[in-house]
Amino acid sequence: MFDKILIANRGEIACRVIKTARKMGIKTVAIYSDADKNALHVEMADEAVHIGPPPANQSYIVIDKVMDAIKQTGAQAVHPGYGFLSENPKFAEALEAAGVAFIGPPVKAIEAMGDKITSKKIAQEAGVNTVPGYMGLIEDADEAVKISNQIGYPVMIKASAGGGGKGMRIAWNDEEAREGFQSSKNEAANSFGDDRIFIEKFVTQPRHIEIQVLCDAHGNGIYLNERECSIQRRNQKVVEEAPSPFLDEATRKAMGEQSVALAKAVGYASAGTVEFIVDGDRNFYFLEMNTRLQVEHPVTELITGVDLVEQMVRVANGEPLSITQDDVKINGWAIENRLYAEDPYRNFLPSIGRLTRYRPPAEGPLGEGIVRNDTGVYEGGEISMYYDPMIAKLCTWAPTRGEAIETMRNALDTFEVEGIGHNLPFVAAVMDHPKFISGDMTTAFIAEEYPEGFDGVTLADAALRRIAAACAAMHRVAEIRRTRVSGRMDNHERRVGTEWNVAVQGESYDVTIDADHDGSNVTFADGATLRVAGDWTPGDQLATMMVDGAPLVLKVGKISGGFRIRSRGADLKVHVRTPRQAELARLMPEKLPPDTSKLLLCPMPGLVVKINVEVGDEVQEGQALCTIEAMKMENILRAEKKAIVSKINAAPGDSLAVDEVIIEFE
Amino acid sequence: MKDILQELHDRREEARLGGGQRRIDAQHAKGKLTARERIDLLLDEDSFEEFDMFVTHRCTDFGMEQQKPKGDGVVTGWGTINGRMVYVFSQDFTVFGGSLSETHAQKICKIMDMAIQNGAPVIGLNDSGGARIQEGVASLAGYADVFQRNIMASGVVPQISVIMGPCAGGAVYSPAMTDFIFMVKDSSYMFVTGPDVVKTVTNEVVTAEELGGASTHTKKSSVADGAFENDVEALAEVRRLVDFLPLNNREKPPVRPFFDEPGRVEASLDTLVPENPNTPYDMKELILKVADEGDFYEIQEDYAKNIITGFIRLEGQTVGVVANQPMVLAGCLDIDSSRKAARFVRFCDCFEIPILTLVDVPGFLPGTSQEYGGVIKHGAKLLFAYGEATVPKVTVITRKAYGGAYDVMASKHLRGDFNYAWPTAEIAVMGAKGATEIIHRADLGNAEKLAQHTKDYEDRFANPFVAAERGFIDEVIQPKSTRRRVSRAFASLRNKRLENPWKKHDNIPL
Repeated sequence: MFDKILIANRGEIACRVIKTARKMGIKTVAIYSDADKNALHVEMADEAVHIGPPPANQSYIVIDKVMDAIKQTGAQAVHPGYGFLSENPKFAEALEAAGVAFIGPPVKAIEAMGDKITSKKIAQEAGVNTVPGYMGLIEDADEAVKISNQIGYPVMIKASAGGGGKGMRIAWNDEEAREGFQSSKNEAANSFGDDRIFIEKFVTQPRHIEIQVLCDAHGNGIYLNERECSIQRRNQKVVEEAPSPFLDEATRKAMGEQSVALAKAVGYASAGTVEFIVDGDRNFYFLEMNTRLQVEHPVTELITGVDLVEQMVRVANGEPLSITQDDVKINGWAIENRLYAEDPYRNFLPSIGRLTRYRPPAEGPLGEGIVRNDTGVYEGGEISMYYDPMIAKLCTWAPTRGEAIETMRNALDTFEVEGIGHNLPFVAAVMDHPKFISGDMTTAFIAEEYPEGFDGVTLADAALRRIAAACAAMHRVAEIRRTRVSGRMDNHERRVGTEWNVAVQGESYDVTIDADHDGSNVTFADGATLRVAGDWTPGDQLATMMVDGAPLVLKVGKISGGFRIRSRGADLKVHVRTPRQAELARLMPEKLPPDTSKLLLCPMPGLVVKINVEVGDEVQEGQALCTIEAMKMENILRAEKKAIVSKINAAPGDSLAVDEVIIEFE
Repeated sequence: MKDILQELHDRREEARLGGGQRRIDAQHAKGKLTARERIDLLLDEDSFEEFDMFVTHRCTDFGMEQQKPKGDGVVTGWGTINGRMVYVFSQDFTVFGGSLSETHAQKICKIMDMAIQNGAPVIGLNDSGGARIQEGVASLAGYADVFQRNIMASGVVPQISVIMGPCAGGAVYSPAMTDFIFMVKDSSYMFVTGPDVVKTVTNEVVTAEELGGASTHTKKSSVADGAFENDVEALAEVRRLVDFLPLNNREKPPVRPFFDEPGRVEASLDTLVPENPNTPYDMKELILKVADEGDFYEIQEDYAKNIITGFIRLEGQTVGVVANQPMVLAGCLDIDSSRKAARFVRFCDCFEIPILTLVDVPGFLPGTSQEYGGVIKHGAKLLFAYGEATVPKVTVITRKAYGGAYDVMASKHLRGDFNYAWPTAEIAVMGAKGATEIIHRADLGNAEKLAQHTKDYEDRFANPFVAAERGFIDEVIQPKSTRRRVSRAFASLRNKRLENPWKKHDNIPL
């Protein structure tokens, strides 16, 4: 076995590989750019080598620099993680030439699968289902109809030069094929000046399901079941799970066997993933093969008990597989949520910066399930603009899918991330979405269910009452503490009452609190009582309570006169008031949020570099208005529509906060 | 007997209605609460004891003798906030528009005199159209009587003003002399002369909101210390502020039970200061991580944001915080930030509130606008305020402490009790580049040499150790242990006694 390996990567995957290496008694070498000087993977590795400035093309993907680091440290093998150099045949070649083992597949396999057309051809030859289609160019509408019939409807008629939905038509019958061919051709000619057209099968209700394969250098290969990755946002996977709630045993077996056949056909020897698109009738078609460890590999590990990184290392060391296909079972259910530093309320705009608070849930048992969190960051660390804005991969495992989802909900509730915007509320909302719960999703899930983007979660009455009860009890604790301040008039102390009103999400609940040593009974106006117990004290940012016998975890923040509560993807303002305060609060006018349609607001904290317009200018849609520098990046803010500038509130050199008004329009 | 009790009851009921139901409804329609409703929210339930409920005005001109509403447009008395005594007056806009008459002023003066005598804060809820014109000079005299008491009470008991409606003309000068002014957004304004007069005299067209609304006074003029969404929120936040303040200048600041480990270690503070000395970071994160329970009551949050002022608690006891904010203007001192911080430091010193100063200051802002504006005298205010303060003073330098600004920011030389520095601190006359260009003027043309000189200067001075060698820094501390070190420092200073030489009063450069 190797004594020392180098991990040619950063972030969570570098940390992930180091963990397994450590377990195997192998020393580790990290590489890092200037931006990662204080990164977790550097901290965790036995040695670390600096390899250049922050941009990856000057550091992590410069083969010479990585090779130097290998020489310098005497590492015998390299794990490339994913991304960066992981599927770069030149890197694998360089390693081979230097006599260093590549913990990944042979160069040939990388090359064969690296090209979309070649890989599809090889797959076809290996007996793998591919999307039926006619690759040649189509001359006229009659031919289009003929080919469409051969493929079988529905079909997709595509411009060869197409993109962005242009020159694409779906046809369900001959007539539509004829029309579609003509309009695609015209559109393509106009848009791209290239009217070549081809036709392929249109996959309805598409799901993205992939098979994990594992092969050794001795001709053995197995598949470790599937992962369902249908929940994607613009082709970026967000939620993955294993197994798929959609596959039956026969389909699984067929997909698995085809995948192994493909792997063997290219002489694969490592862990790899064969991606398929699966339609509503469980027809599956090959998409591509990823010749590396996938981001979402933990869910496979959780249901199979196989440490994929360990297997990769052993295969690279020339060992034969110690597990056979019969050893591979599906044990329970695993779900992965990718936490990204992307603000879901601002159309998933990357939100880089300092993690002022980062407290993931403890790994290990939680309720019926198990929590695993693969992360490469820490509290006080930075989400850098130079790399993927992933914060963590939170995984849960449980005997059943329902329990795994429930464990995930609870884990998300306790996951504290502050300082940057992140998609935790969004994934929490997905975990509560009926379509996700039923397992009935396609790759269009996010686009269809959140067409206008994500604007938070509205909680149902039962959930709201639990939060109201908890907040009433918490508020009472805080108020009692306030009465214990020094300097009060003896014998004339304030007595904290038992009647409260809780205003939350537009609802108003009158409650009575009957407190005892272990908690409080919170009784609502309709007579329903919720028992609240917990050891929350003022200032705690996480309230872990039992409400009516079921756990309730709230992220608790301060707002003027109340709490900011986050739970289950909801972000709530909660005001607990005495009946008199509530009565008077009702007299207060509802203040509508200001109309921002005629304002240019600063989208991120930053420095004004340049203002391109003057008062009185008429600006056109898309015209550059000003430049804001944030985190060393210049962002050009453009006009959303035609307008006349009426006021400019900032000047170059000003530092602005989020939502500060830069320009006003008439 | 029963009849007499009934009569008392009836008279009280009448007084409580102020200007009558119609005007109360009008007040509500404007999104404002009545004088008594506001008191209900400000004070502990059932704690209000009223004075002078039956006072009426004595004016006989212009038919005023025909209407003599009980209480004369202001509700006065005392009560408690979380069991601690405060005096309060609340102007009643439903009675003659809350206008100030001779008797109205007398009612306010009465509770102010009692507040000074009995050592409890005065909270004024202002909602008044101005002077009672019908009374003429008697009304003006009333204002002046209140002003004189504001002045006498200053530094004796905390005075808080909440502007909850109009406050114009001479009326503004009473709040102006109190310690804190808060405003309610969209329903309050303050100005010496209103939009009509402004238009007549200067031809300037301006709305009341633009001239003297909450936004103007919290962001532009710094007249107000904070603004809140509505009456309910404003009064809740005033209660919260009172919890931080001592009742008078003879008492220590209040202490309350706390649920936060004084020794709490915050590992993330070790990475708060960025590698690049010119990259900003948010000083508020340090304040929140040092404070008990992350609770910070900020004063003048929207004004001169290059300095942060406000109250926290350490081990349950109030501490005033002054901190440079590198996020804004690199945290430099200028006219506005010096004035803002100086007033805050003097408030703390008046009322025995210890001061924590967090320093990351590159110096004073250069330029003609600053010099013409008198930055010399305004900067001197902060220097003076720190130097005269006798309360416990603990200072932590996180990064830059350059030049005169280093001296100003509660340095050892201004009787700082504990002067700590993080290892990232740079205590020097100026930044390395500037210093090198002066010391090695001869090499100005030679970039290479200059770079070497700059590096030499950095190695020598861009650290806290030169200052520590001289004892100007008592100890270089780990950022993550800041809460523990600062808490222990203040704990050790609880019996601090320091007196300035006798003087009638000082002559701070106003």
